Amino acid sequence: LSTLVLAEHKGGALQPSTLHTVAAAAQLGGPLTLLVAGDASSAGAAAQAASRVAGVAAVLAAEDPCLAHGLAEPAAALLAAVERKRDFSHVLAASSSYGRNVLPRAAALLDVQAVADVSQVLDPSTFLRPIYAGNALATVRALGQGPRLLTVRTTAFAPAPASGGSAPVEAVAGEELAAAQQAAGGSEWVGEDVRKSDRPELAQARVVVAGGRALKSADNFRTLLGALADRLGGAVGASRAAVDAGYAPNDLQVGQTGKVVAPDLYIAVGISGAIQHVAGMSSSKVIVAINSDGEAPIYQVADYGLVGDLFKILPELEAELAKLGDLQ
Amino acid sequence: MAGRVLVAVKRAADYNARIRVKPDKTGVDLSNVKMSMNPFCEIAVEEALRVKEAKLAEEVVAVSIGPKGAADTLRTALAMGADRAVHVQTDLEVQPLAVAKLLAAVARREQPGLFLLGKQAIDDDSNQTGQMLAALMGWPQATFASKLELDAAAKKATVTREVDGGLETVRLALPAVVTADLRLNEPRYATLPNIMKAKKKPLAVLTPEELGVDASPRLETLSVEEPAKRKGGVILSSAAELVDRLRNEAKVI
Repeated sequence: LSTLVLAEHKGGALQPSTLHTVAAAAQLGGPLTLLVAGDASSAGAAAQAASRVAGVAAVLAAEDPCLAHGLAEPAAALLAAVERKRDFSHVLAASSSYGRNVLPRAAALLDVQAVADVSQVLDPSTFLRPIYAGNALATVRALGQGPRLLTVRTTAFAPAPASGGSAPVEAVAGEELAAAQQAAGGSEWVGEDVRKSDRPELAQARVVVAGGRALKSADNFRTLLGALADRLGGAVGASRAAVDAGYAPNDLQVGQTGKVVAPDLYIAVGISGAIQHVAGMSSSKVIVAINSDGEAPIYQVADYGLVGDLFKILPELEAELAKLGDLQ
Repeated sequence: MAGRVLVAVKRAADYNARIRVKPDKTGVDLSNVKMSMNPFCEIAVEEALRVKEAKLAEEVVAVSIGPKGAADTLRTALAMGADRAVHVQTDLEVQPLAVAKLLAAVARREQPGLFLLGKQAIDDDSNQTGQMLAALMGWPQATFASKLELDAAAKKATVTREVDGGLETVRLALPAVVTADLRLNEPRYATLPNIMKAKKKPLAVLTPEELGVDASPRLETLSVEEPAKRKGGVILSSAAELVDRLRNEAKVI
């Protein structure tokens, strides 16, 4: 048994999703190798960060211009080539937009049916995963021989420590890099529009303050919800209705078709609690609902509720929190 | 491009249906559950139709894999405006790799310039089929698409993708696979006259055997269970009480 984890990094900075995936891999037992792919400006730094992650036995670094932006075609070809050459029993990636883009493509190249969104490792071939937007949990067993490819629901695994390890870094072989180069070219990266934010990443935040259409405007979203989130050191999330109304950008959407989050504290403000939204947040440790409609379905999953006008309650709540001083 | 657009559609439990696990834990009880076209597939069909309406393709072909009932979903795609349909009929539990292999076999016959799919089905939530199809065809892919622009002369697609933290734009050489995210478009409704017309549109039926594909499952479902239910909590009277409970009872702030 040996496990390969596809690391995710942004410009050389290892993403927290990688640490959660390493934690899932550690449950399999067996030595753990992190694969880092990038260009000259990022692969080295990412490999160094990867070598410090606790529990990592080895780091494989692949450096090439074609691997610069995490495009699926070269990344999947690389992953498949590394697996063919080195024969890991398991290959894991985070169930992030990057991992979900790359790993299934690699799985098809290897003729493997990947298991998506694993939330629990039961044994090396048996896994728990949510289906129907989390309304059911399936236990699935991979049949036949040979490698198991998984994407991992990051919120289900506490992150491995980012430091404490000192794994050796080795460059991938020429043939492995050649596989990536040959697969590149059909797609090119044009650009990105990524929000800069000082707040924690939504999927990783310890506290999430989410708003619905009742916030009434993008301005209210920014100021009222933003202030509360900043007070708690949390991230801002949104219901689909709020995103569709243009109050919040799409990547803040929590729910079946958006992000799945499981923070310690989830505060749902002006969110009625549609099934699709609840699917994205019902694993949160503590849920607070603030709504003007005391009959809203969100109260069926909330631990604590306040019923009333959110434009009155939010400033009161912030004032009460301010009395506690720095909470971050 | 001036060619053909293939679009995959899946019949799934309606997104408003209440999902119940069978008492014997062998799966989800779909008897008496309303079945519909998977919402992301609807978006993919809409996008395919818009490509044709913009004169960037001549024909839209809808493909579905599954038991007899999948034909209903293909008729829906035809009623929305697809020109013809291909039904790969099988009673096997088809998993994403098998679906991708069957779609690839259809793609080799039909030679599309673009293959559109939904990003995931809302029943098994796997989010794999499009990526696997692209791999099997050796085509480039753009998953989670929120915007698609085709350049027929250059045979390129420029796609905006919804990724963690924002948006990313990639340009693909055609033929390519694009999977639809929620905000790609608003799918149209099929009108009654079009539903009537759709009954006369061609719908070819094939089998995995005819396509030379082994579609048998690679994963075995051992059990399906309900998640632990959350209990409704308490309604508090003030923000001060909430802060006190969060701090001293729940200990999360």
